[in-house]
Amino acid sequence: MTLFPDVLKSKKTVALVALGLVAATAGVTALLVNIFERKSEARRPYVRLVEVTEDTTDPAQWGVNWPKEYDTYKLTALSTRTRFGGHGGSEAMPQEKMDRDPWLKRMFAGYAFAIDYRDRRGHAYMLADQEKTERLTKPQSGSCLHCHASIMPLYRALGNGDAMKGFEASHKLTYQEANKQLHDLGHAHPVSCVDCHEPKTMKLRVTRPGFIRGVQAFAASNAPAPHLPSIERWRAGDRRAPYDPNSLAGQTEMRSFVCGQCHVEYYCGPKQPLTFPWGKGLRAENVEDFWNTAKFPDGETFFDYKHAETGAPVLKAQHPEFELWSQGVHARSGVSCADCHMPYMRDGATKVSDHWVRSPLLNINRACQTCHRIPENEIKARVDLIQERNHALMQRAAQALMDQLDAMAEAKKDGVPDAQLATARDLQRKAQWRLDFIAAENSMGFHAPQEAARVLGEAIDYARQGETAARRARRKS
Amino acid sequence: MSVPQKSLWLLLVLASLFVGVGAYTFRYAEGLSYFSADPKACVNCHIMQASFDSWQKASHHNVAKCVDCHLPHALVPKYLAKADNGYRHSKGFTFQDFHEPILVTPRNDAILQDNCLRCHETLVHGTGLTGERGALRCVHCHRNVGHGDKTGMGRIYDSNETKGPAS
Repeated sequence: MTLFPDVLKSKKTVALVALGLVAATAGVTALLVNIFERKSEARRPYVRLVEVTEDTTDPAQWGVNWPKEYDTYKLTALSTRTRFGGHGGSEAMPQEKMDRDPWLKRMFAGYAFAIDYRDRRGHAYMLADQEKTERLTKPQSGSCLHCHASIMPLYRALGNGDAMKGFEASHKLTYQEANKQLHDLGHAHPVSCVDCHEPKTMKLRVTRPGFIRGVQAFAASNAPAPHLPSIERWRAGDRRAPYDPNSLAGQTEMRSFVCGQCHVEYYCGPKQPLTFPWGKGLRAENVEDFWNTAKFPDGETFFDYKHAETGAPVLKAQHPEFELWSQGVHARSGVSCADCHMPYMRDGATKVSDHWVRSPLLNINRACQTCHRIPENEIKARVDLIQERNHALMQRAAQALMDQLDAMAEAKKDGVPDAQLATARDLQRKAQWRLDFIAAENSMGFHAPQEAARVLGEAIDYARQGETAARRARRKS
Repeated sequence: MSVPQKSLWLLLVLASLFVGVGAYTFRYAEGLSYFSADPKACVNCHIMQASFDSWQKASHHNVAKCVDCHLPHALVPKYLAKADNGYRHSKGFTFQDFHEPILVTPRNDAILQDNCLRCHETLVHGTGLTGERGALRCVHCHRNVGHGDKTGMGRIYDSNETKGPAS
């Protein structure tokens, strides 16, 4: 027979060729399956296996349907560190920020922050850290949970179905009472999917009553909003209905609004419902102006605490990231919070928003290089320079404030009557507000470097004026 | 049947299986499309989606398709480049082991520059814009002509850059 080549007469060769063919076929099949997977991924980015509703606060439930987003969300439990931001290593609680900037303690004398002011950790810890902080040894209001828990079901329960009503009642509860109800209802989760996503369509939306009211007040003001085009459009209209972010804002704006639900300046005490002070604009002096003209329900002019050394009724800045970002070049160029803090990543054939919300410095190639096509080291060096300058200017402002407090303390020791130090106290409120506005903001000036320098410059000026005023009062008496 | 005949049948069956599965995979993966000049072939494997989308919005999309800028135009070099890129891309996408954002390789960067000159040579004649390695490239300034201002998840190769994640 000449039908088969001679080599195939050896059993060994036949076996080898057969094995080779089997392996090659298996390989091609594996490739086929791989291509099939990628194609179906591209066609169907997710499969809804469980129903999620407005009351599904447990992120693990959502994670069944959207495992890629959930996997990255869980990573917020990892501790990360950048030069100026970040957290302690393996300790149960992060390192005290006080050790780094000792002047913070003196600035906050008389406020619960002076007890315990820590670097923040990731989203996963927001509720646990809040439940543990030593600040709770002083009475705190239920308002604080607005941003530390997946709170909407509790608001609905408190308001008999009306979340706005529940929100308005929540500041009267103590933190412990509100926290207990949250646990009893089974919604003791940190910020969760439902806080930013509509459960049926996954569309971005805002839920927090504090933000909705704040942004409505901001829209109704005359403050410029070039970075928020839907507000400008609303202003140009008849303004009959209040501005509604959920129906009017575009996707780019929503990608910042969802973060602005919490990363902002606010009042969160027991005297009135949680307030976002945006009725006169978003800049430091607009917010100051808002607080200066605001009255507590009992008629008293607004203040956060009386300074323990000087008795000045001062303001405490929270973390005005949304406000400072609003003044910067990134906001003006249409870059949203999520663009840098939750940049798109690719997973297989799908495009996913990275839910490991973190510093862009830890993810420069996705966060920055999508737009800035320059080497990574150069980007890092630029950010470093901006933050270093801001930090140096902030230390100068802090020194100026400490000098003012010294001058006021000396005047007091020499028996200068309280009334004569009114100007100095007034200037302390101004200086301290500006310094704190930048110190409490979580970007070390990066969100708007020039604006941050302007605010710090004013802080230095007011503190030195205050120092002069205290010395003058001392000389006169 | 004799033993050799039996093994022939076995091998024939196995070989047909291989050819059958292989041919189906080739078809399913739209293998033939890679011989065409259709830009849609470039988004077969999804990673180029952002580049494809941005090209559609950029100034050159009326005059140049993917292959006009990204492949040589002579027959043999064209298919060599297709083979080179095809191998790297399919290996990278199958094993998911490529650098992100994706980068243009030095070789493809040179092809790109040649293609700028192919159309615009008379315009830039004598300006120092040449196809030589290390010379100034047209896209150094005109980087938005192909893919607009932002190309989503890709960017241009930078020879000064050290690879690797941020420290």
